[in-house]
Amino acid sequence: MSVSEILNGLIYGDLTRSIEVFCPEVLLCVTVIVLLLLRLFSLDHKIPPYVIALGGSVVAFVAVLLQFVFFTTGGAETNLGAGETLFSLFQLTEAGVGSPGELFTGLLMHDAFTLFFRLGLTFFLVLVVALTVLTGIPDNEDGPDFYTLLIGSTIGMMVATSANHLLMLFLGVEMMSVPSYVMVGFLKGRRSSSEAALKYVVYGAGTAGIMLYGLSLIAGLLGTAEFAELGPRLAYLIDGDGVTLSNPNIVVTLLGVMMVLVGLAFKLSLVPFHFWCPDAFEGAPAEIGGFLSVASKAAAFALLVRFLLAMTASGGGELESLNLYLGLALGVMAAVTMTFGNLAAYGQTNVKRLLAYSTIAHAGYMLMAVSAMLVITNAAESSGWSAAQVQDGAARCVEGLMYYLAVYLFMNLAAFAIVALIRNETFSEEIEDYNGLAHHSGTMTVLCVCMGVAMFSLLGMPPFGGFFAKLLIFASVWNAGSIHWLMWALVVIAGLNTIFSLFYYLRVLKAMFIAPRPEGVRSINMSGLVGAYVVVITLPILLMGASPLQNNLSATARYVASVLFP
Amino acid sequence: MEHISINETALLSIAIFLPTVGALALMFFDKAAIEGMRVTALVFTGLTFLATLAIWYQFDTSVAEMQMQTSYAWIPGWNINYQLGVDGISLPLVILTGLISMLAMMASWSITKYVRGYLMLFLILETGMMGVFLALDFFLFYVFWEVMLLPMYFLIGVWGGPRREYAAIKFFLYTLVGGVLMLIAMLMFYFGSAEATGGESVFNLLTLMEIAKEGGFSTTMQTTAFIMLFIGFAIKLPAFPFHTWLPDAHVEAPTPISMILAGVLLKMGGYGIIRIAMPLCPYGTQYAAYALVALGVFSIIYGAFAAMAQTDFKRLVAYSSVSHMGYVLIGLAVWKINESTGATMGNDYWAMGVNGAMFQMLAHGISSAGMFFMVGVIYDRVHHRDLNKFGGLMQIMPHYSALAVVIFFAGLGLPGLCGFIGEVMTVLATWNYSPLLAIIAAAGVILTAGYILWTIQRVYLGPEYKGPHPEALLPINGREATVAYVLAILAIVLGVYPEIMFGLMRESIANLTVNLAEGYEAARGLGEQVGVLINR
Repeated sequence: MSVSEILNGLIYGDLTRSIEVFCPEVLLCVTVIVLLLLRLFSLDHKIPPYVIALGGSVVAFVAVLLQFVFFTTGGAETNLGAGETLFSLFQLTEAGVGSPGELFTGLLMHDAFTLFFRLGLTFFLVLVVALTVLTGIPDNEDGPDFYTLLIGSTIGMMVATSANHLLMLFLGVEMMSVPSYVMVGFLKGRRSSSEAALKYVVYGAGTAGIMLYGLSLIAGLLGTAEFAELGPRLAYLIDGDGVTLSNPNIVVTLLGVMMVLVGLAFKLSLVPFHFWCPDAFEGAPAEIGGFLSVASKAAAFALLVRFLLAMTASGGGELESLNLYLGLALGVMAAVTMTFGNLAAYGQTNVKRLLAYSTIAHAGYMLMAVSAMLVITNAAESSGWSAAQVQDGAARCVEGLMYYLAVYLFMNLAAFAIVALIRNETFSEEIEDYNGLAHHSGTMTVLCVCMGVAMFSLLGMPPFGGFFAKLLIFASVWNAGSIHWLMWALVVIAGLNTIFSLFYYLRVLKAMFIAPRPEGVRSINMSGLVGAYVVVITLPILLMGASPLQNNLSATARYVASVLFP
Repeated sequence: MEHISINETALLSIAIFLPTVGALALMFFDKAAIEGMRVTALVFTGLTFLATLAIWYQFDTSVAEMQMQTSYAWIPGWNINYQLGVDGISLPLVILTGLISMLAMMASWSITKYVRGYLMLFLILETGMMGVFLALDFFLFYVFWEVMLLPMYFLIGVWGGPRREYAAIKFFLYTLVGGVLMLIAMLMFYFGSAEATGGESVFNLLTLMEIAKEGGFSTTMQTTAFIMLFIGFAIKLPAFPFHTWLPDAHVEAPTPISMILAGVLLKMGGYGIIRIAMPLCPYGTQYAAYALVALGVFSIIYGAFAAMAQTDFKRLVAYSSVSHMGYVLIGLAVWKINESTGATMGNDYWAMGVNGAMFQMLAHGISSAGMFFMVGVIYDRVHHRDLNKFGGLMQIMPHYSALAVVIFFAGLGLPGLCGFIGEVMTVLATWNYSPLLAIIAAAGVILTAGYILWTIQRVYLGPEYKGPHPEALLPINGREATVAYVLAILAIVLGVYPEIMFGLMRESIANLTVNLAEGYEAARGLGEQVGVLINR
């Protein structure tokens, strides 16, 4: 095969299809370039950068949304009048977006799971950009830089969620991390901000190095970096040698997987790789905290699920027990993470720091689902489950994870957005300065009520989405308990953690609602637009917990999750 | 008997969500229109009460099963339904909720701080309470159960007394612990039901009861789940040793909220036991029956002694609740079986005990809410509750004092008033179960008489009032008198003619006891088979 044949194969093989699917990312790249060119030609004083950023992210979101609708409904059969014109605008085709499969000669994956996450990420980007417009961080001068970083990081996350190759895994993680280091230190004048960025970057660089080492071990041992090949090759390699620590192949595999997990655990801020998280969140502007806590976690979870499924796709046999223990180990890690996060949040006086520990705890809750998924897929058959039950049980785990992430997007964003908006008025992020805020009139009361909704949802109280999401995860983990008792224990620990977490969430609300308003504070007038934005992002929390829409999201998540378990 | 079916299916949903509609309507009022908001809220609670009466009107007392059932698929992927229904056990409590909420709203004129927020939370609370009594889906039940917690936290925390923060968080913590236990039990039943239904896990309480009746849940699971559910509900009931939140919450809560707490919220504990814990775990119930009766008896005595030791008027009433709810527990649990065969002995006595327990809940709902209201009336005037500084109110406020004495006597359990019926029936049923425990429980009546008579003596009798603010002791106004009259008259009516309520519940309760007995024998039979197999 000559070079030109290979090139032709590349170009005529799947390039058109790949570009068609990759279109939203390309649109985001174009937005970034426009933002940079804007400054080059000094147009940034005439057109505010946020207009470009908002426009670009909305277009990208619409592009992904259309892909998602096209993919789930099969395109042509939709009876949306306007839909078809839009489909043709983005040139969506049955062979391209309509059919799942690999892109760019196997580097990326296109399926319902990826689409779901890309949809969530672009939607979240739109919301964050809208928030920055309202809070005024960044100012016009820094706008192009800031939005470049924000959008660039989002592109990285989208790549990470579609990764189908160890190389793309690493690239995705780095593409989302590097801009976020800069964003954390974006308030250049503040010492704490720079300190946070430095801590974050040192930690990030360290774990990235370890992850890369792990990736090279895996790739070197198995002779491939494609996800689809990892499991079968591993099974072939181990075949008959016995899964013991005296088998060097097993040792290297374990080492590699653990090292990759270190990198992902850093992104997920799992204990003991969480140390950067409170500092980074406290130092960074709350808007960035909100962005990092949701978006990078969602992307990292998508990556984690894909990577673990690829590594454990051995199709039964000796490796099952090893994979089961991997699942149980993740369960233990989840238990430690949530317990630590919840207990450490107690002593906090700064709201952002408190929320940082809360995100650590939530990562623990979500990790439970991943751990249960591994337990079900790897031990269920030996404990008497039928293949259909395994498929259903595992899909429910991932459904729970995705539902949780969907609710988490809104509740965490709402919490961080309200912190940012209150900071703009009171110049403080300390809990004690929130005293009596709810008794100011107008928009501030709306903000406080929405904060209440977000906090109760984070706590996991009905009728808010946080409860239903938690229930889905608890239920799917409980289901795995009939395979290994540790899963039952995990649910009990998670239940206890819910009780632990009561105190610190209520502390914020207590300050807002119960504590008296201090003497002599000036009255606060906020624009109605702020209130409207906060209500718009809070309303879905309620809709995902007590409305018929809940069913639609849950069913969609189930459908998307079932793609992973054919 | 043919009933007129006006919106029969929608009626239950109306009773649940009408208050929420009211809460939303309040958002459109001008900030200054406080009186308008109060009246609107009162109208909505009144309409809700009417809706509950309409349910009563359409209710067929000869049917033991669930009536007016509504079921919509809510989240089919998890078999969660929006499923409602009413039977003889829930109907009296639904009516009680409607009534007490309306009366408590009438008592809410004393709230002057952040009125809109108060009224909205109050109405949302009513939605939660109605939902708990009408839900027939475990998931839905759980949602309503917790929904009621959020407004309660703020109602105590924002509008309460000096130690309100502490009381509110303690209430929240206790209920949340119970909630988490219930959640785990719920998951156990959800996944446990798959085998019996052929692969479909369900939250539907009726289906779960049916499975339990056929012995579909293993004995170990039933005992574990029963203990978890019982703790969850006993916290609400409250039974010793889970009662410590109650005195704090009652004392710190504003008067109308104390009325709701005592009148309705405590009933949820009893209702949860009778609707969920018992029918889902017949074996577990029987397993724990003696412990429950003993716990109930202990609560009666303990609560009475604790009440006697109080100097705070509200705290005294709060401990009297602990004592009174003990009768509920013993009435429910006096289930005697033949140890060797597993057959239920004296099913009629047991049914009488359950009837008595249900009636005791209603009677306590009226007398206790009344007592809290009566305390609130004088607290609004003199701003203290120290029993030792009262006295002579009979001469200053004769109208009020007469009503108060009637209500306190209802709480005492004087024959002819509502408190008597429930106490006597539960104690009689206990005699069949264990004469010793019956004697102790009956002795509790003397203690109750002791602290209530002593209270009446210290507050209403005596030569003159020597406490602070004697000038504020004005006669009660029309609004307060209305609330008091309604409660006092109901206390007399239910005491003289309890059949109004017994007629509603009898069939359903008979059905419940029979099903439980069957479920116990089935579970035990299966357990023995397994035992025999293992022994082989």
